[in-house]
Amino acid sequence: MATVTARTLPWYAPPRVAHAWRRVKRYPVVSLSILTFVLVIPAVFAQYVAPYDPLKGSLAKRLRPPAWQQGGSIEHPLGTDKLGRDILSRMIHGARVSLMVSMVAIFVGGTLGTALGLTSGYFGGRVDSLLMRLVDISLSLPTILLALVLVAAVGPSFSTVIIVLVVLLWARYARLVRGETLAIKERDFIARARVAGASHVRIMTRYIFPNVVNSLLVLATLQVGYVILLESALSFLGAGLPRPTPAWGLMIADGRELIVTAWWVSMFPGLAIMLTVLSLNLLGDWLRDHLDPKLRHV
Amino acid sequence: MQRFIAKRALQSLLAIWVMSLIVFTLVRVTGNPLDVMLPLEAGPEDYARVSKHWGLDQPVYVQYAIFLGKAVQGDFGNSWKWHGHSAMGLVWQRLPATLQLAGFALLVSVVIALPVGVLSAVMKGTVWDTVAKVIALLGQSLPAFWLGIVLMWIFAVNLGWFPTSGRGGIQYMILPAITLGWFQVAAIMRLVRSSMLEVLDSEFVKLSRIKGLSEWKVVWKHCLRNAAIAPLTFFAIIAGVLMTGSVVTESVFSWPGTGLLVVDAVRARDFQVVQAVVIVFAGIFILTNLLVDILYAYLDPRIRYQ
Repeated sequence: MATVTARTLPWYAPPRVAHAWRRVKRYPVVSLSILTFVLVIPAVFAQYVAPYDPLKGSLAKRLRPPAWQQGGSIEHPLGTDKLGRDILSRMIHGARVSLMVSMVAIFVGGTLGTALGLTSGYFGGRVDSLLMRLVDISLSLPTILLALVLVAAVGPSFSTVIIVLVVLLWARYARLVRGETLAIKERDFIARARVAGASHVRIMTRYIFPNVVNSLLVLATLQVGYVILLESALSFLGAGLPRPTPAWGLMIADGRELIVTAWWVSMFPGLAIMLTVLSLNLLGDWLRDHLDPKLRHV
Repeated sequence: MQRFIAKRALQSLLAIWVMSLIVFTLVRVTGNPLDVMLPLEAGPEDYARVSKHWGLDQPVYVQYAIFLGKAVQGDFGNSWKWHGHSAMGLVWQRLPATLQLAGFALLVSVVIALPVGVLSAVMKGTVWDTVAKVIALLGQSLPAFWLGIVLMWIFAVNLGWFPTSGRGGIQYMILPAITLGWFQVAAIMRLVRSSMLEVLDSEFVKLSRIKGLSEWKVVWKHCLRNAAIAPLTFFAIIAGVLMTGSVVTESVFSWPGTGLLVVDAVRARDFQVVQAVVIVFAGIFILTNLLVDILYAYLDPRIRYQ
């Protein structure tokens, strides 16, 4: 069938466009497109999109300003840092670092928390009270300090950052999943599954878990932004990823002492963090309203 | 009431104890604690001396007892980066600067957040409300350390209104306080807004309006007093965030407080100092929680009997 488009029937276009716009408006278009262009595309295709190697620079080209400023050139649209490395390329590779760290940390922390929460809520009793006490304590510890102790003890590295983040993240998942499990396990279909001879593990994984996936997804989305902020703060303090990793937090730290002479070194990575976290928060809010309105307090 | 206080105090002690256990195990789990405690250039006589000081030739539980015994007396050994200073002495020396900055930041954020929160509740759905929403959203998404650098670039480098870093008169405090308090502005504002909305809806507000009180008095006297209780309970969380946030803010503005001390110590791998700062911060954090719990139980008797 030939498609009738706004172009073939121009006089009919306005209502169509308006209608389509209304449908689009129901989705968080702005945050999704910012995320795609600032985080996802750079992260996935970093080596194809980035014009230069993020780790190699030439000292002859150090501290070039961005293209629109005097002395800047289109070769390095966002300028170069004090080692002559291209800021844009480092930011593109930085997106990959941010995405990778947050994905791994949330996946590991979420899996651990979910498993513990399911077990705790399903079996109850002494295991439950012990685990929940642990959750309370872990949520009340000052987070950045814990990270600093760990980094002071073992030194900064990718795995240290992941361990720190997992230690900080698991408790929220455990508490959320445990609460939902407590409610779900009283429902009829669980009793029937038990009568039908399903094992404990099967009930937890096949019957309870699918019912908490929505809440987990919302919490995970809301946490990606938080984790990116936390990771960049740790890197900024020298307690996160080691140099010369092109991490946004490290780039801002590099620009801190150059603020009088070269503002662009720390300004652009900060903008990238802000845009990413802002749109992740908006997306998370939208997901929460649509998938799981009862999570409003999280 | 005494029983409640005793119970909560015991819980707080437990939390501080857990923190000390974490610090103790971390150093030992990650290999020979001497490698962590001593700098790279330490000689064999340093190893022998520190080993004896901490009783590292003894079994682990004895070591822990020694560690705890010394920690209770505030002895975390001597700093390696700053020769001739004890770790705890350094912390006490730097703490006033941190408390000063945190207090000022709290003041700044309350002064901004309270009126905006009240206005956005009273004028729900208007431009004010939208402005408040944007502030709240930005508060959650701006990395504090970057905000500090941007403020420094605009107001210190380009406009020259404030000094870029260091500690001195009030003009040195303004930019760091805004940086530190920014996140709190968003949090306090949202709390004030939601509890104001609740109070505005209640019967006694209708009564005071019927009585013919001016709208100004209804909102700023009768409503705000009742709405302020809920944000008060979050004071402990806010105090905690201000303490940990000071680590980031102080290193941006080179503010000579405990936060900058701990960051420098981490970079130098001066574990003695890191240990002391973490235990002191955790202690302050947990004590504030305890105080607020007691205050709240005093204000609201229902809590005592739970």
